[in-house]
Amino acid sequence: MTALQERPEQADRHDRGLSETDTERQSYLRAGHSLGSWFFTRDHKRIAILYLFAITAFFMIGGAAAALMRLDLLTSAGDLLTNEGYNRAFTIHGVIMVWFFLIPSIPNTFGNFLVPLMIGARDLAFPRLNLLSWYIFVLAGGFTLFVLIAGGVDTGWTFYTPLSSMFSHGNVVLAAVAVFIAGFSSILTGLNFIVTVHKLRCPGMTWDRLPLFVWAIYATSLILVLATPVLSITLVLIAAERLFGLGIFDPKLGGDPLLYQHLFWFYSHPAVYIMVLPALGVVSELVAAAARKPVFGYKFVAGSSIAIAVIGFFVWGHHMFVAGQSMYASAVFSFLSLAVAVPSGIKVYNWAATLYKGHISLDPPFLYGMTFIGLFVVGGLTGLMLAMLAVDVHVHDTYFVVAHFHYIMVGGTVSAFFGALHYWWPKIVGRTYPLVWGRLAAIFIFLGFNLTFFPQFLLGYLGMPRRYHVYAPEFQMLHVLSSAGASLLGLAYLMPLVYLTWSMRYGAPAGDNPWDATGLEWTTPSPPPKHNFDEIPVVDRPPYDYEIEMEGEDG
Amino acid sequence: MQKTVSFVFVWFALVLLLAATVTASFMLKGPAGLAVSLGIAFGKSGLIYWHYMHLNEEEGLQRIAALGAGAWLLILFAFVCADYLTR
Ligand code: HEM
Ligand SMILES: [Cu+2]
Repeated sequence: MTALQERPEQADRHDRGLSETDTERQSYLRAGHSLGSWFFTRDHKRIAILYLFAITAFFMIGGAAAALMRLDLLTSAGDLLTNEGYNRAFTIHGVIMVWFFLIPSIPNTFGNFLVPLMIGARDLAFPRLNLLSWYIFVLAGGFTLFVLIAGGVDTGWTFYTPLSSMFSHGNVVLAAVAVFIAGFSSILTGLNFIVTVHKLRCPGMTWDRLPLFVWAIYATSLILVLATPVLSITLVLIAAERLFGLGIFDPKLGGDPLLYQHLFWFYSHPAVYIMVLPALGVVSELVAAAARKPVFGYKFVAGSSIAIAVIGFFVWGHHMFVAGQSMYASAVFSFLSLAVAVPSGIKVYNWAATLYKGHISLDPPFLYGMTFIGLFVVGGLTGLMLAMLAVDVHVHDTYFVVAHFHYIMVGGTVSAFFGALHYWWPKIVGRTYPLVWGRLAAIFIFLGFNLTFFPQFLLGYLGMPRRYHVYAPEFQMLHVLSSAGASLLGLAYLMPLVYLTWSMRYGAPAGDNPWDATGLEWTTPSPPPKHNFDEIPVVDRPPYDYEIEMEGEDG
Repeated sequence: MQKTVSFVFVWFALVLLLAATVTASFMLKGPAGLAVSLGIAFGKSGLIYWHYMHLNEEEGLQRIAALGAGAWLLILFAFVCADYLTR
């Protein structure tokens, strides 16, 4: 066998040969080609890729449901879907996007791929458990698809009682089973990350040298482990009431429907932080790499992840202001909700301070990072508006709420997901992609997103309720704008699929450290070999140890 | 060997407590029944924590960490009660 040499000219994009570099031949991607080598792998990097495929599929299914809804909402009459069909569309959209895309998105793909690389380990603490959690996830996803084929559910992703326990005709129990199973996957993943971060850090990788992404994944894992069981039990209670007439939520049997909301939001408010904390971690990495400076206030940024995880457990009642909760409880929850904004604010200010006078390059990862910061700020500030007891009475259950959480979960987390994809893609596949296309996609995503969701703030403020497809004609203009934006956004999301796939074959080899960034993951070859490090590294310097070169100093 | 014996012993204790729960549910009604069955459940989970989850073999820090989950549940109970009692 003739040994292939490294390509002589890395920047030569005209060389479109199929040549594999030496590093590629030794990488995890070539360590076995059979299906079995993928489906029974215990390599965290391959499991990350398995997750990437799974969640991409769910993102598309959830997106298709959204496209149906936006199409239906073009006119004020409900002429595309039936009432029942519309209810089922938004339920499946929510269930899939929350549990089968957002929650696993960053932790299970980039967390899986990067945490061992970033802390200088050869794998996660429990590699078999890691693979098992993928299979559990796929099983749960299979259940969800079955629910979809069997006719769907109409309760919304929140499964509120008494609708879900007494009146709904859909497949409530089946859908609850699907989410229940997915919960086990979350718990196992969280457990795995916690043990890994505690036990497998390489020599010198002290807690105050951990990359901020690892801090964020660690905080997320705490929430996953502590909150998910409550959701699982709650769903079991719904099933028990529907199937056996157990009196938990039904007042006739001595239950209380509001108890459901307490239990559900005790999980689900922390769960919104499961969705956004990993994104905050990604953005800290993107900002540091773009500014080429040490992160301003490293300890505060790391600590704020933990603070968010903890305080996030004390605010759930802000979802129940108009549900009949005690006025005093509402006042307390309103106040506590304001407190949770503080650590998020710390992060945003510290990013700004990190960027200040930095030597900023406008590469695609940074554009996605900026997209995140802008949209997250709008989403977070409108969250504060909603947390004001008096304001929420006016806008509760309107499109204002829909816009609020989409700014954070889509504008924020999904943008950070794409940012991570563009930043670590050269590490994952070993090839570079065309930067121009990366920039264009980022810009289209930003524009498409705002066109889709900004009108929804206005709609909600004017009184358009959420979860209706028949509406007063004066709202039509804003709905049309929103649907137009959604088409742009949908196309923009498809763009990376094309050029990233293209790059796997035709992109130039990336080299170990294409962004010239700090961090152990960049000391490995791209793509990394199966066991990550030939020798376990030793860390002897602080994180983000960039040599500071200020703007303007070198002319 | 001694470990196995104690596991079997704990299992018997759990079965006995289960029988007690069932009996109590037939004999007692209302708040008294609730209090008794919650008390029994508390004892059962204590046994499981201590023996089956091996906390009797662990050091202080691990025991405290295990209590953390209980502390988290207290948040849930405290705030839900705060709502119910002031409605
Ligand atoms: C940081 C990440 C956040 C995410 C991912 C997020 C997500 C969500 C979601 C999904 C909902 C709607 C739930 C539903 O009814 O279906 C929601 C509602 C709400 N959010 Fe956020 N949120 C975030 C931050 C915040 C913050 C920082 C606050 C305030 C401090 C806040 C306050 C609220 C309030 C009060 C509601 C309820 C509005 C209503 O139903 O009337 N959120 N959020
Ligand atoms: Cu919330």
